[in-house]
Amino acid sequence: MISLDVNGKTYRVDVGPDVPLLWVIREHLKLTGTKYGCGLGMCGSCTVHVDGKSERSCQIPVGDVQGKKIITIEGLPKDHPVKKAWVKEQVPQCGYCQPGQMMEAAALLARRPNPSDREISEVMEGNLCRCGTYPRVRRAIRTAAREGGKS
Amino acid sequence: MTMTRRDFLKLAAGGTGLTLAASVSPFGVRLLSAADMKGQVAFSPNVWLQVAPDNMVTVVVNKSEMGQGVYTSLPMIVADELDADMKQVRFVAAPAGAAFNDPVWGMQGTGGSTSVRHMHDTLRKAGAAAREMLVAAAAKTWGVSPAECETAPGLVKNRVNGQTLTFGQLSAKAAELPVPQNPTLKKQSELRYIGKSLPRLDTQDKVQGTASFGIDTFVPDMVYAAVERPPVYGAKLLSHDRDSAKKVKGVREVVAVGGGMAVCADTIDAAWAGRKALQAKWDGGTSPDLSTKTLESRFLGALKQKGVAAKKQGDVAGALEKSARKLEATYLLPYLAHITMEPMNCTASVRPDGCDVWIPTQNQTGVHQAAVKITGLRPEQVKVHTTYLGGGFGRRFEVDVAVEALQISKAAGRPVKLVWSREEDMGNDFYRPMNACTINGGLDERGSMIAWSHKVVCPSVFARALPGMMKGDVDPAAVEGVEDMEYEIPNLDVEYVRIETPVPVGFWRSVGHSHNAFTVESFIDELARAARRDPLEFRLAHLRNHQRARRVLEAAAEMAGWGTPPQIGQARGIAWHFSFGSYVAQVAEVSVDRDYGTIKVHKVFCAVDCGSVINPDNVVAQMEGGVIMGLSAALKEGISFAKGGVESENYFNQDILRMSEAPEIEVKIVASGDALGGIGEPGVPPIAPAVANAVFAATGVRLRRLPMKPQTVLAEL
Repeated sequence: MISLDVNGKTYRVDVGPDVPLLWVIREHLKLTGTKYGCGLGMCGSCTVHVDGKSERSCQIPVGDVQGKKIITIEGLPKDHPVKKAWVKEQVPQCGYCQPGQMMEAAALLARRPNPSDREISEVMEGNLCRCGTYPRVRRAIRTAAREGGKS
Repeated sequence: MTMTRRDFLKLAAGGTGLTLAASVSPFGVRLLSAADMKGQVAFSPNVWLQVAPDNMVTVVVNKSEMGQGVYTSLPMIVADELDADMKQVRFVAAPAGAAFNDPVWGMQGTGGSTSVRHMHDTLRKAGAAAREMLVAAAAKTWGVSPAECETAPGLVKNRVNGQTLTFGQLSAKAAELPVPQNPTLKKQSELRYIGKSLPRLDTQDKVQGTASFGIDTFVPDMVYAAVERPPVYGAKLLSHDRDSAKKVKGVREVVAVGGGMAVCADTIDAAWAGRKALQAKWDGGTSPDLSTKTLESRFLGALKQKGVAAKKQGDVAGALEKSARKLEATYLLPYLAHITMEPMNCTASVRPDGCDVWIPTQNQTGVHQAAVKITGLRPEQVKVHTTYLGGGFGRRFEVDVAVEALQISKAAGRPVKLVWSREEDMGNDFYRPMNACTINGGLDERGSMIAWSHKVVCPSVFARALPGMMKGDVDPAAVEGVEDMEYEIPNLDVEYVRIETPVPVGFWRSVGHSHNAFTVESFIDELARAARRDPLEFRLAHLRNHQRARRVLEAAAEMAGWGTPPQIGQARGIAWHFSFGSYVAQVAEVSVDRDYGTIKVHKVFCAVDCGSVINPDNVVAQMEGGVIMGLSAALKEGISFAKGGVESENYFNQDILRMSEAPEIEVKIVASGDALGGIGEPGVPPIAPAVANAVFAATGVRLRRLPMKPQTVLAEL
């Protein structure tokens, strides 16, 4: 039995410690906002927060995060500045990569409330989007930085 | 297949629990209220919409949402004619069924940038009919004539005494009225939503993480499947260890599927571990010599073969003969994978008396037909549920993953969720074909084009996918954008050499335009340079009678400040293309690192004329996305092959464009007001040649092969 703290709730899951956190979150807990994209940590679709840091959940054996605080897109507040900025800038197209993009962006802004364009590019480099929403992702992060700071 | 009333209510979640009968109406299926109804009635004059007593308007969308915005644009069209309040409008995906066929294609599917173009008239009419019925219901209630009533968003107003009734309040009465056959459509000036940038209706779902994609499907008692399939083309399974696979905790069974084996397990990780434990051994397949190198030399070699004529205009040989300046160039473009962010997946439940399929598909009819064939059930026993698509780009027009999931569910006797790994997805695609072409061009002494001879070597997408659309021996995709190019050239030949390889090919966003825009717009640039003319001026000079093309070229040039010096170290390139009913011109501002050979695209200016516009911001988004995907292909993509199969596996050896490589993009809509054009694909074709032309302007190096990788650039420098 693995015990997990996800979005402030404690879950007990009957799963081996080596199973990637991604599959436990998605297929066992049915928090499906976190997506599978590559299984190698190269696309960012599976990004979640572990103790406040952005991590690729496909690369983390679930046994390693017992006792840590995991936040998924469902646990990011509905009115989080990043979510509001994503709506305002109309970022999503197909939407599949967006939870990962938003989790990465939220972690960036928590660390650097006013990131430069260069910092945005460097941090978001690991989050792929095939629909090509990069210009809007960039704009939404600037918007969230501006409006998140205000509130 | 027809949809029952109960299906509709379930679909629209209008849940009034009433049973209504269906009959045929001008728009497909008409849902009529049964005699024994009690309480409030939801109003569904046709299959496309429902007005519920709570005022909610549900629009049924028969097109798949893969990012292109169709879950917003189609409801906007209905809502406008209905005069609904957009805040009360929601959408629901249509099930697979003849009532939801595309009226032009006669099948249910999404592609070719046609959703709005094909559905616009039907949906306008559906909304208008409903609005007339709501007005008639109100008029009856008040004892006035319909002419004394008018609508405002979500309600009907009595012009005489100012009273109002909401659509919800009128829904029961409206449901009893006959459906008008020829409702009056709004005048252009009366439209409220069409032509305005409204926020997408699917944004909240996608921002909160609640949007349900195919991969997010859960069905009671389902197992996960993983397929061990041929690693190279035509490979046969030599041996496998079923017992070891079955020993993996959670594995339930191993069944044969296609040429391989499927492992079914309680969890996805167990299914994947079980597949590994199979330790399958395969032979070397039917094409052991197939590699990127052998493919490239076959394609280039085939340029010497005689092809079939796709176009013959004037006397090209004679014109070339008397040209003051002749130019020849050969271009080569690679196979491309779609690489949708959501890998291929399907959940299927095959039962003795019915079948359900949950799938992110662009081809409901194809999935439905496949399910009927595999299960042997009657068409009405098969239900196809379309989820959100995590990207489509043409890949999800194929039904291969549905066939696999259906076969496994049938063999396993239970619901099966099949999710391909990224490696399976990249290695088992229907790729954008490789393409080689040689162009011969002739200029007269004034530097005008008098001859263009274009030979294309390309596999046929249509021969397999839509054989009925082959133009004799010519694959329309192989020559689209060449044989119908708008440049005013008196002598034009286009010749097609069909080549077939073991590599399956399919529709990839913008299809043949994705290679033909590159070759045509690169060669035009070469001719302009040879004629010592400005590339923009040269294009315009050969488009004297093509106003729409001229306008987008001029608009993009103006945005970019064409003719003024670019920033130091940068150069500009221009290209345009007509595809899917829309004109798009792009100017790329580029710099080239002479030490590393890297191309940096700083900014792209894009002008689009898609005729008429439904949602401008969505047009902008699609142009941005088209530029990024086209640029990704131009700079980074090309599937590699080795030892008889696909060598590319995952992002480490086939990366796509990333944030730092994405340029700023400025889009201007220069709508001509002409017929609706597509927007999903036309943004893609011009960017590759715009960048290649800019690289030439920056360095004098002409890149005739894609992708424009740093090592290629360095070699040329």
